Amino acid sequence: MSEILEKRKKQIRRKGAGPYEMTCEKHSLAGAVSQRACVFCGSRVVLYPIADALHLIHGPVGCAAYTWDIRGALSSGPQLHRRSFTTDLREQDVIHGGEKKLYQCLKELIAYYRPKAVFVYSTCIVGVIGDDVEAVCRQVSRETGLTVISVASEGFKGTKKDGYRAACRALSELVGTGDISSISPFSLNILGDFNIAGETWAIREYYRRMGIEVVSTITGDGRVEDIRRAHGARLNVVQCSGSMVHLAREMKEKYGIPYIHVSYFGLQDMSKALYDVAEFFQDAAAMQKARRLVREEIDRVLPELMRIRTDVQGKKAGIYTGGAFKAFSLVASLRMLGIRTAFVGSQTGSPDDYKRLEEFCDPGTIIVDDANTMELVRFSQETEIDLLIGGVKERPVAYKLGIGFCDHNHERKISLAGFEGMLHFAQEVHASVMSPVWKLIDRKNINVGNA
Amino acid sequence: MLLRHTTSEIKERSALTINPAKTCQPIGAMYAALGIHRCLPHSHGSQGCCAYHRSTLTRHYKEPVMASTSSFTEGSAVFGGQSNLLQAIHNIFSIYEPDVIAIHTTCLSETIGDDIPQIIATARDKKYIPDGRYVIHANTPSYVGSHVTGFSNMVKGMVTYFAEPGTQTKTINIIPGWVEPSDMREIKRICYMMGIEIILFPDTSDVLDCPQTGRFEFYPKGGTTIEELKAAGRSRMTLALGRSASVAAARELDSKCKVACEVMELPIGLRATDQFVDTLRRVARVEVPTLLEDERGRLMDMMTDMHQYFAGRRVALWGDPDQLVSLTEFLVDLDMRPVYIVTGTPGKKFLSRIEKALRGKVPEAKVQEGPCSDMFLLHQWIKQEKVDLLIGNTYGKYISRDEDIPLLRYGFPILDRIGHSYFPSVGYVGAMRLLEKILGLLMDRQDRDAPEESFELVM
Ligand code: SF4
Ligand code: SF4
Repeated sequence: MSEILEKRKKQIRRKGAGPYEMTCEKHSLAGAVSQRACVFCGSRVVLYPIADALHLIHGPVGCAAYTWDIRGALSSGPQLHRRSFTTDLREQDVIHGGEKKLYQCLKELIAYYRPKAVFVYSTCIVGVIGDDVEAVCRQVSRETGLTVISVASEGFKGTKKDGYRAACRALSELVGTGDISSISPFSLNILGDFNIAGETWAIREYYRRMGIEVVSTITGDGRVEDIRRAHGARLNVVQCSGSMVHLAREMKEKYGIPYIHVSYFGLQDMSKALYDVAEFFQDAAAMQKARRLVREEIDRVLPELMRIRTDVQGKKAGIYTGGAFKAFSLVASLRMLGIRTAFVGSQTGSPDDYKRLEEFCDPGTIIVDDANTMELVRFSQETEIDLLIGGVKERPVAYKLGIGFCDHNHERKISLAGFEGMLHFAQEVHASVMSPVWKLIDRKNINVGNA
Repeated sequence: MLLRHTTSEIKERSALTINPAKTCQPIGAMYAALGIHRCLPHSHGSQGCCAYHRSTLTRHYKEPVMASTSSFTEGSAVFGGQSNLLQAIHNIFSIYEPDVIAIHTTCLSETIGDDIPQIIATARDKKYIPDGRYVIHANTPSYVGSHVTGFSNMVKGMVTYFAEPGTQTKTINIIPGWVEPSDMREIKRICYMMGIEIILFPDTSDVLDCPQTGRFEFYPKGGTTIEELKAAGRSRMTLALGRSASVAAARELDSKCKVACEVMELPIGLRATDQFVDTLRRVARVEVPTLLEDERGRLMDMMTDMHQYFAGRRVALWGDPDQLVSLTEFLVDLDMRPVYIVTGTPGKKFLSRIEKALRGKVPEAKVQEGPCSDMFLLHQWIKQEKVDLLIGNTYGKYISRDEDIPLLRYGFPILDRIGHSYFPSVGYVGAMRLLEKILGLLMDRQDRDAPEESFELVM
């Protein structure tokens, strides 16, 4: 394999090698086999879980087809979000503009489904042909009395992160439009948890046990009416550094609602999240309940975790996540299982994330921004890891190398958040790393292949 | 329930697509390009498309799928993607060292009108393309056609760029259409049994169904080589399997290199395989070996053993045109009734091909292609009058669940099962597998529904 390109050098770093210096938030190199996605992807991810809204994708069929129900963001009620609606632009529309078709689609869909609100996503091509999506949305809003929100998510306008921003902008049109008179002073919004495999439900339950009202869970099992009332909550609890921080910031400015960052992954981070919330409310009862909850939950999962640890300790792992925030929790969780992290990569980490990661990781750990497949393969082999944590596209790569795998991305099917989630994580890691199949592969001849 | 909003009342729709029964061109081009040895598909557009196409192919084939992207930014959307593509070509050859870069466009680069051949020429002038390496392309605007169109365009591109006329050889070209790697492997096996020398392109076997060796090959060992693609221009003739996916390339070979072509349906089911084998026999002037005749005989044996269970069963089908045509013919031979057939891929010829496959035996059949031919429409039809079996890709699982009808996963994409890409559905052996699966589904259902007193050991 050829050497890592000169230009990529500053996006890869080995902890302990000289003073800290690292660049990120760069556009991917043209021609790279990059794992990154687009603005539309980011918007779709954040807004997808709003289950009683109608999500219409304005563009050619592909953008809609590829995002049709691929995320396991569960809903406890309506399932409207799981369908795939698209204006399916054809050549004629590209030439003459797609506004009329969009208008017609919206009218037909609204009449048929009577959703609580509508999100219209613009894809690349809409940006190029210059449809005035805003105007169409406004008109349909006027005619139907429904909130129809245009999400400016043209793919080429940036990365997934910019999509988060566009989604937050769309959400802020809903926030502040509902009645908040009955909301408790001990109340919060859960932001940035996607209810994969029911994770939001578990977190919600923790807060309930602490006596705190959850007003809205926007990005997991979300509802339009709840989001309208979100400004009535006293606190925004934001998980995942990238996706929802814009909304939290805006709500702070507009409504004076403070926000805190948390992670729900791993025993430490989960406990800290609950303590931070209790501390915020400065309520002795809530803190006491949080302490009891943490003690009970840890007592419940710890014996099994320790048993798993005896099997897997000493193994090595590589991590490749979307945002960098999750990486911290993962490094800590693996540490708890006696597994050392050999490298950490992310698609969209911020300078702060990487700086903190550097501090957090063991010496020698490789830290990489916008990692591509070849780099992942190379690091995996150099460091001889036993486990790769990544997403859809990384799974078969790990398997080809004869390495265990754990999906910590949106394709995971088991909940990994919360105390119970840590147990599930350990069980999954154990099942994969300890599988007898790896022993059946001849790994003597490992090399990078013919590239 | 998930689709409880779907009612049986058919509502006239003018514009809307709900739950599409197709996807966009570039993914087909990407799949086709992976069937060239040491080829890196390149998506000329924004990162998102490429990421989605790779993810979808990965989910279906459970294999690493490599492809690069021009990583468009706002600037490229305004000023065109030339500089991105030039830089990309330069970078790809120096980092990934492919033999071929196969560029396909996306909606975005099509709409802004990048002239790919001109950009490739510039790259050559600038010496970005090393000697003995190649850059080919296909235009794949997604607002035209479907993923099948994209596949077809890229296969045609292979001919345009590589096929060289010359002294005729005895080799036969086979363009397999968009089928699984296992199907391509099966086509090769049949030809090998018959002692026929072929050039199969594209060929994704050993690319997207690689043996696990503990190594990661950026370029797996499979794929049609450049030499073969060049030599395709000197072959005796071309068999194009499946009109939608393969005819364009076959025609191009004919006009460019005077290689005659015969078009036939995909060899799925008994008749279509017969036709395939017979054509091979005729054009290669060989005998059909006993081994292959025995395979046919075993398939016939299965069909006779099973026919009593199939009679009159109603089936709904969706997916890609070529598969649907051959499957329909096979189902009719089994005395089943393919009553609803839907493809999102537009193409008027589809209707007459299906009509031919139905042979007038299923007058109640409803067939639709193109705009508004989606899973929503299919579901509405099923609500009006039920079927006994669904055959199509993963997206049918919602209908399957809502209406409690067994689903045979078939076609692209299959996102929720593993193994489909390892077993062929073409040839006699493929037909046997289909039969086993279909009957298994129907009987599992019968067992499940049987009241205690009529639940039987022997069926
Ligand atoms: S923009 Fe076009 S090419 Fe890209 S995913 Fe959407 S439909 Fe496909
Ligand atoms: S066309 Fe644009 S919006 Fe659609 S997937 Fe591609 S990059 Fe994203």
